[in-house]
Amino acid sequence: MSAPAPETRAARNRRTLLWLQSGGCGGCTLSLICAEAPDFLTAFEAAGIELLWHPALSLETGREALGIIEAVLEGRQRLDILCLEGSVMTGPGGTGRFHLMAGTGEPMMEVIARLAQRAGHVVAVGSCAAWGGITATGDNAAGAIGLAHDGERPGGLLGRDWRDSAGLPVVNIPGCPTHPDWVSETLALLCDGALTREGLDDLGRPRAISGTLVHHGCSRNEYYEYKASAEKLCDVGCMMENLGCKGTQAAGDCNSRAWNGAGSCITGGYPCIACTEPGFEEPGHPFVETPKIAGIPLGLPTDMPKAWFVALASLSKAATPRRLRENATSDRVRVYPEGRGKKP
Amino acid sequence: MSRLIVGPFNRVEGDLEVRLEICDGQVARAEVVSPLYRGFENMLRGKDVRDALVIAPRICGICSVSQSVAAARAIAAAQGLVPAPNGQLVSNIVHAAENLADHLTHFYLFFMPDFCRPAHAGRPWFAEVGARFAAGSGEGAREMLAPRAQFLHVVGLLAGKWPHTLTLQPGGAARVAAAHEIRQLLGILAGFRRYLERTLLGGALEAFAALDSEAALLAWAEARPSADLSLFLAASRDVGLDRFGRGNDHFLSFGAYPGAGGHLFAAGRVNGNGAAALELSAISEDVSHAWLADEGPARHPMDGRTEPDPEMRAGYSWCKAPRLEGAPAEVGALARQVVAGHPLLRSLTRQGGNAEARIVARMVEIALVLPAMERWLGAIRPEDPFIAHGETPDSAKGAGLTEAARGALGHWLRVERGRIANYQIIAPTTWNFSPRDASGTPGPLEQALVGLPVASGEETPVMVQHVVRSFDPCMVCTVH
Repeated sequence: MSAPAPETRAARNRRTLLWLQSGGCGGCTLSLICAEAPDFLTAFEAAGIELLWHPALSLETGREALGIIEAVLEGRQRLDILCLEGSVMTGPGGTGRFHLMAGTGEPMMEVIARLAQRAGHVVAVGSCAAWGGITATGDNAAGAIGLAHDGERPGGLLGRDWRDSAGLPVVNIPGCPTHPDWVSETLALLCDGALTREGLDDLGRPRAISGTLVHHGCSRNEYYEYKASAEKLCDVGCMMENLGCKGTQAAGDCNSRAWNGAGSCITGGYPCIACTEPGFEEPGHPFVETPKIAGIPLGLPTDMPKAWFVALASLSKAATPRRLRENATSDRVRVYPEGRGKKP
Repeated sequence: MSRLIVGPFNRVEGDLEVRLEICDGQVARAEVVSPLYRGFENMLRGKDVRDALVIAPRICGICSVSQSVAAARAIAAAQGLVPAPNGQLVSNIVHAAENLADHLTHFYLFFMPDFCRPAHAGRPWFAEVGARFAAGSGEGAREMLAPRAQFLHVVGLLAGKWPHTLTLQPGGAARVAAAHEIRQLLGILAGFRRYLERTLLGGALEAFAALDSEAALLAWAEARPSADLSLFLAASRDVGLDRFGRGNDHFLSFGAYPGAGGHLFAAGRVNGNGAAALELSAISEDVSHAWLADEGPARHPMDGRTEPDPEMRAGYSWCKAPRLEGAPAEVGALARQVVAGHPLLRSLTRQGGNAEARIVARMVEIALVLPAMERWLGAIRPEDPFIAHGETPDSAKGAGLTEAARGALGHWLRVERGRIANYQIIAPTTWNFSPRDASGTPGPLEQALVGLPVASGEETPVMVQHVVRSFDPCMVCTVH
């Protein structure tokens, strides 16, 4: 759908947004504050967003903040978009008392559920709000779940069949944390009525995010092609074979859209842990170690026959140039590519 | 006597409730409530030791690198591993970038907007401060976003992203910094320096850091009335933040930014009896007023337990009460600078700690740490290794201590059969926003709130807001 002209956006009603936090670290908000070109305030303004309240950014506190939430619940204040950051805390024993909303004594999960019924759209910001996330690690004694998922299982707080008035499920912006642009772009699409069911994948993630793999644009692609693998952290080779990298299976444009100006997990020297995928917090193996059976890594690319992958891998391994083989297990490039100038 | 419950107390990281008893227009008693339980310590039990480097940073989105540093040090201690010198420098640089960005975020987004409350309308500075710092629309806050984001390119370049990096490892850093990258980083710091000197402080970082008395600070501000720091001081002096918010004046620091010659800011503690060395074995955590189940006396964190009481019977918070030699302690930039002996902060706390000194201490740290970052970058030897590799023994112990923007952070790790057997964390705000202990002694903030004025009809007393936020609390860390 085409974007409306700026004057159309300016003339229409502002889209009201309420942002709440529960069982999380606040890192998705902090990541949003790192937005550049434009900064998040400018991005919100351009999209026509009116921030009703945000726990980290608004002036209102205590009674003032509760007044805003009550106005929404009583229908006196229109709410176009409800954002939740952090897991829904259902523990202990389904009571939700692990997070009693300050100033109310009411389980936060109940406040969220009531607000969701009033909201035009509901957005889970980050993997915690989407599926439970890191707070669900281990035996999940805290009962951390997402708005419409509990790990991979549909359901969560609102139930698998929950739909907003436009027929959309909960919009899940994945990531731990979210990239600032993922949040501002998704919200802008919602404001314009331009996010459709077809624009979301089966997990409710915008395809703009999940239609790309972390692997795309990986700076170590040549090492991957030749299966020239890093053996330990700080080696420059591909981290898939030994160091647990899930970039070939994980959603996200992390290597084609820079983080903090220049970065990605891979350029930071560590593997993709698939933080955009449900259940990433319990990989079943140490995060920086690739589980293998008979020397073959588990968790190969999901849409490729395993036999083919193994055959191609052994072929490319046999063809690995000395340059890549030696550099792969070094902390920096020591054998340089030969440019055309070297040719006779 | 009347009671007031203030919550959700926002512009802190996470959820906070403050319960006040008010008598004769003053706070007579305060209870600080952390209303969220998350359970990270129990999640870590049974995990591969290296997994702590993924899980622990996610305790906190604002002091994520501090959690990485503490976890890496705890594991290094358990491994008996000495980090590569280059890796130690990278760790300091990445950590300093987070800490300075946090100081800036606190000042512009969390703290200053309270001066724009209607309660202050009519004060001579109100219009000017409102234009710069109003939540969501202040020009100063808006101007800050770009230089802060560009400054955090330091973390993007050296550590992949912020928050939640995995670059910082027990033996150093998981990537090298090439000679040309160091030049790029120096350029980023130069740009940030220009912003700080022009807009925040109004003069050279080194000159500001050298201010040695209250009089010198006030003269600095008077000479540069349009600097954001000067606007703060004008408002602060007018409403009396230099006289409000005194805690228990027991200041604690684990020491910040290690180097060959010791910490940039020394470890130690200061109380009414003067300065003393830090006795780590004298740290304990009391759970008498927390919704946690534990019998018996307060425990040292190496033997600590964190078992939620699902009935939430006794107590009023999920926060434990950490104590040093049985006494509560204040941590943070002010504590760090008082312990390190900075003359300006010693001068500003002659009559005891206060809300204004906590803000000034952050400005002093910005002025001291950016030049240190420039020196650390210059000390990197790009041709040398950035990481040392170690193995975790089947059975080991290790403590990882550091200073987050908000103060002393400790991780205590015990390894059995090669896995994490116990992992206990004491976060800065756990110290500052501690509930009462078994003897009924309140935590530092609970103490600092007593005596604050409350005007009749005030539902969210403005001085309570200034003082609570002067600590720059991080509730998500508190309730890990």
